[in-house]
Amino acid sequence: MPLPRDCRALLDEVSAHNARALGRAITLAEEGGDRAGELLCALEEIPLPEAATIGLTGTGGAGKSTLAARLIDHFRASSRRVGLIAVDPSSPLSGGAVLGDRVRMMRHACDKHVAIRSMASRGRLGGLSAATASSARLMKLFGCDPVIIETVGVGQAEFDIVRLADLTALVLAPGLGDDIQAMKAGLIEMADLLVINKGDLPGAEALRRDLEPIARDRGRALLKVSARDGMGIDDMTATLDALFCQASQSGALADKRRRASDAETLDWALELLRHRLEPIVGAQGKALRDKDPRVRAQMAIQDCFLSL
Amino acid sequence: MQPRQKGRILIGKPGLDGHDRGAKVVARALSDAGFEVIYTGIRRTPDEIAATAVQEDVDAIGLSLLSGAHNVLFPAVLDALSRADLGDVPVLGGGVIPDSDIPALKALGIREIFTPGTPLETVVRAFERAVDEHKKSLL
Repeated sequence: MPLPRDCRALLDEVSAHNARALGRAITLAEEGGDRAGELLCALEEIPLPEAATIGLTGTGGAGKSTLAARLIDHFRASSRRVGLIAVDPSSPLSGGAVLGDRVRMMRHACDKHVAIRSMASRGRLGGLSAATASSARLMKLFGCDPVIIETVGVGQAEFDIVRLADLTALVLAPGLGDDIQAMKAGLIEMADLLVINKGDLPGAEALRRDLEPIARDRGRALLKVSARDGMGIDDMTATLDALFCQASQSGALADKRRRASDAETLDWALELLRHRLEPIVGAQGKALRDKDPRVRAQMAIQDCFLSL
Repeated sequence: MQPRQKGRILIGKPGLDGHDRGAKVVARALSDAGFEVIYTGIRRTPDEIAATAVQEDVDAIGLSLLSGAHNVLFPAVLDALSRADLGDVPVLGGGVIPDSDIPALKALGIREIFTPGTPLETVVRAFERAVDEHKKSLL
């Protein structure tokens, strides 16, 4: 059966657990443009089921995808429907991408209660893609709780996930630097939970010792797990549950979601303006090309608002 | 300004064949040509490939097989796709496939078959045409 063209009808299919409709709806959200606007307006009209979002971030190779597959095992064991969005970087040269996170979670491929979507960052910095937040909402409509969001392999300063997700775990692995790395500002002070993966490897215990004072000073949970053999996963999920309960009861969760919505709104405003500004900047004649870029930017913004 | 992606392609390896060098080379070439390529990894069942294609909403599927089981597995993937309501997504295949098997596979609905020595350029162009047609069919 062909999928409905009408956005509202497509969303009704998503809430009726049609996986193909979910896939198409996410594609529309990703492509941006008028159809995305239509779809997200229609999504506005539908009350979404309450669901948690969990962020997984960390350097490339830390084991985020393997850990995500373990988390899915855990939530499936209690019959919860799980969503997973895995973001990988787009090539700035070609616009293409190889999205390989699924390789680690193929055991869940045929489970109708697991929705997995690979997304390319499509030029967005910060570890996510522009449509990640809308896609997470679409997965909630599909009935997923929780929705796990795995960022691109990040460095030290990709914070988007911390803003978007209810809880974010920073996944670390031994062998990627000494205690000086752990002292630096950045993600390590933003994440709710520090998870040392590959806990079975030499160096994991040393890393835990390095991180302990930092975690203690900031009141952060610090756990050692091994996604490969499942060690410590129960601890991690219990900690996530406890942190989630605590945040809901204290009101911190509601605050955080409000701030996330503000931040996403600003992102969209800038994104929508970018499309208007690009042709204006491109059309600034040769006379302006030698001017300071900031001066040109102000002129472009003036022209843009005059044309609105 | 970042170039736009041209579409989403699933590269899958059905069956017990573990030789994935070819699949990876094609995946990278398609990515370099501007496609978002979802790679399944080796030893997938036809149903796993179909379920992945559903969730990822791909515009085309490439199957790589070097074990000789293409006459069984390629049709099995086509069946799984049509059961998943994805009969309209173009499927292209590649691997160690005798010329004599190609007409029958094409008759079943495999759009192209690429054998060893095919220039990457040819593979990329074929995917470009397949993705374009599929996108147009959705408009």
